[in-house]
Amino acid sequence: MVAAKNTVWTRKDLVGIEDLSRDEIELILNTAPQFVAVSARESGIKKVPLLQGRLVVNWFHEPSTRTRTSFELAAKRLSADTLAITTSASSLVKGESLHDTLANIEAMHSDIIILRHSCAGAPQMLAERHPSHIINAGDGRHEHPTQALLDAFTMLEYVRELRGDPNATLDGIRVALIGDITHSRVARSNIWCLTKLGAKVVLCGPRTLLPPEAERMGVDVTTDLREAIHDANVIYALRIQLERQQSCLFPTLREYVRLFRIDSESLKVAPNDSLIMHPGPINRDIELAAEVADSPRSVVLKQVSNGISVRMAVMHLLVNSPKRPQTTEERAQ
Amino acid sequence: MSILIANGHLIDPASGISAQNDILIDGDTVAQIGNGLKGDMIIDATGMVVCPGLVDVHVHFREPGNESKETIATGSRAAARGGFTSVVTMPNTNPPIDNAGLMELVLRRARESACIRIWPAACATKERAGKEMTEMAELKAAGAVAVTDDGSDIDSSWVMRRVLEYADMCDLVYMAHCEDGTICKDGVMNEGYMSTKLGLPGMPKAMEEIAIERNIRLAAVTGAHIHIQHVTTADGIDIIRRAKARGIRVTCETAPHYWTLTDERVEGFDTNAKMNPPLREAVDVAAIKAGLADGTIDCIATDHAPHAFTEKDVEFQFAPFGIIGLETSLALTISELVDPGIISLEQAIKLMTCAPANVLGLPVGYIKEGGPADITIFDPKAEWTVEPDDFASRSRNTPFKGRKVRGLVKTTICAGKVVYNS
Repeated sequence: MVAAKNTVWTRKDLVGIEDLSRDEIELILNTAPQFVAVSARESGIKKVPLLQGRLVVNWFHEPSTRTRTSFELAAKRLSADTLAITTSASSLVKGESLHDTLANIEAMHSDIIILRHSCAGAPQMLAERHPSHIINAGDGRHEHPTQALLDAFTMLEYVRELRGDPNATLDGIRVALIGDITHSRVARSNIWCLTKLGAKVVLCGPRTLLPPEAERMGVDVTTDLREAIHDANVIYALRIQLERQQSCLFPTLREYVRLFRIDSESLKVAPNDSLIMHPGPINRDIELAAEVADSPRSVVLKQVSNGISVRMAVMHLLVNSPKRPQTTEERAQ
Repeated sequence: MSILIANGHLIDPASGISAQNDILIDGDTVAQIGNGLKGDMIIDATGMVVCPGLVDVHVHFREPGNESKETIATGSRAAARGGFTSVVTMPNTNPPIDNAGLMELVLRRARESACIRIWPAACATKERAGKEMTEMAELKAAGAVAVTDDGSDIDSSWVMRRVLEYADMCDLVYMAHCEDGTICKDGVMNEGYMSTKLGLPGMPKAMEEIAIERNIRLAAVTGAHIHIQHVTTADGIDIIRRAKARGIRVTCETAPHYWTLTDERVEGFDTNAKMNPPLREAVDVAAIKAGLADGTIDCIATDHAPHAFTEKDVEFQFAPFGIIGLETSLALTISELVDPGIISLEQAIKLMTCAPANVLGLPVGYIKEGGPADITIFDPKAEWTVEPDDFASRSRNTPFKGRKVRGLVKTTICAGKVVYNS
């Protein structure tokens, strides 16, 4: 990556990758290493005062442990005050509206809202009306932008180390996303992020879990695992929800394993140095065989560590956006 | 006191008239049509089109049960403002109109509060549950003009077949909402590239087409007249076209949003782009226009579906389906179909007057001496911008806010009374 072309972060929110330019993505990725250094300090004091006095609200409208923990630690390492709110989403139970809940949170002078929600579009809906900085921590099947950013950051580290070039980019890197694409926000954000960064993406999974016309997102699509991974630099397995079996989306886990598991057998066709990734939590021996998940090629735990740094970078950029937080509606006026 | 509509261009597709004519109204009927007529009160219609009051066979007025969305009173004022003098109200109210007592309630509320003609449809099955049929003969005697379980299909083919036979015996048309609910249960938009991109559960076109095909087959088996509501897909229109060629008694409608917008409008997650059936794709829009031009699609309806702002101001997946349409229908027909030359103004008026009236046998939708004085006067050239705050409807859920359109209703007359004047 060429040293940042004076890109300045001007967005109030991070609701998705689709809208971002390559420059904006690179700005985030270039901002992250300083935070990797914070977490790795020899002193053990993993904290900088960049968000001191700010209130970061972790608002989870859908259960999550991993993403929530990562955001909370990221905020704490920036010295922010953090607040966790758990609400439940249901169209059947009439509760407070999402807008009303956020208005109440904002009345307590929040600065950054991290929202996880089961409905696609929920973060955008809030970002357009409310002055808070909104970070999408996963909205339905739609996007999970910080996951894609931490994944790209992890791939970059790998490519740079492999080539011994600190400025190497993802241009031309081949990434295979394997598994349930239809229901995956991780897949969608990764597709936008990786294609913007010049990588070639191939999607692979059972026909029943590949969404229609996915090719139009600028990717290749196949149901043949070997075809997908034979030239892949990165093999990225997605989590399979076991209950999809009951929805008649695949017959048995046994057959899923037979066709789509990344294991030493299927890896025989892949390049020896291809990287193994997974967003977690892993269904061990289903998407990834244990011997692969635990192998040196697997950077699954690296992804977790990088997640904190990348999320620190995102929060830092949002809060320092030179523009006063403004809603889209205000901008339209 | 007589009313004279002077110097307008009369278009009455029922009689084939399209020429300068004055119309004299006496009481609730048309007394005379001609030139150089005299009357007590004069409405100058110079430069205007004068046509039969528009007819919409598919509206939801939400009364009884959901009066915060719309009432028969506010819905009828929205209709009048849109140039409509007759509407067919759907029975999926709360409670649904599945017995004669409720039918009488709707008609009483219409007499008390409506400024236009309300023609209620009744449920085909009790509580719209798709299991046992309603007392259709009694409902018809009470005033039902059609039967429908609109809002949902009748899942059981057995029940649908018997409903069609029984409705046919009662000389009632069945108005079919075609949807095979077993294909998907959580869909909120058209299935295709846009649903893939937005990560929203999709409703495949086959969901509508399978149901259209099944329902037409059952109409063929029974000989009953079936009316397919809100057709939206190219293949759906094709199925209907072929059925008509084989002589099956099938008619159909579509609505302005289906030829004006595509599923790309869902980008940004605007819940006013959420309706059922959903907005489709460019290929379907083209097929709808072709179907309107060649007569496969019999009439234009609105599926006017009011929802309170609060109900729509939620996550896309949680928002109710439906948009309002009465106050934009004529302008979208003129702007998107007549101005680009897809159909003539005469055809457009036919699709909104005598054609929908004929589908259900309603005695309206024409202008002739001795006939009902239901008349709409509009300026086909006037440009205006859609502003929901100006609507007479109680709801504002339209995707057309801010859109520039042509064709503005000036005056609506129902049964000889001016019910709207801009």
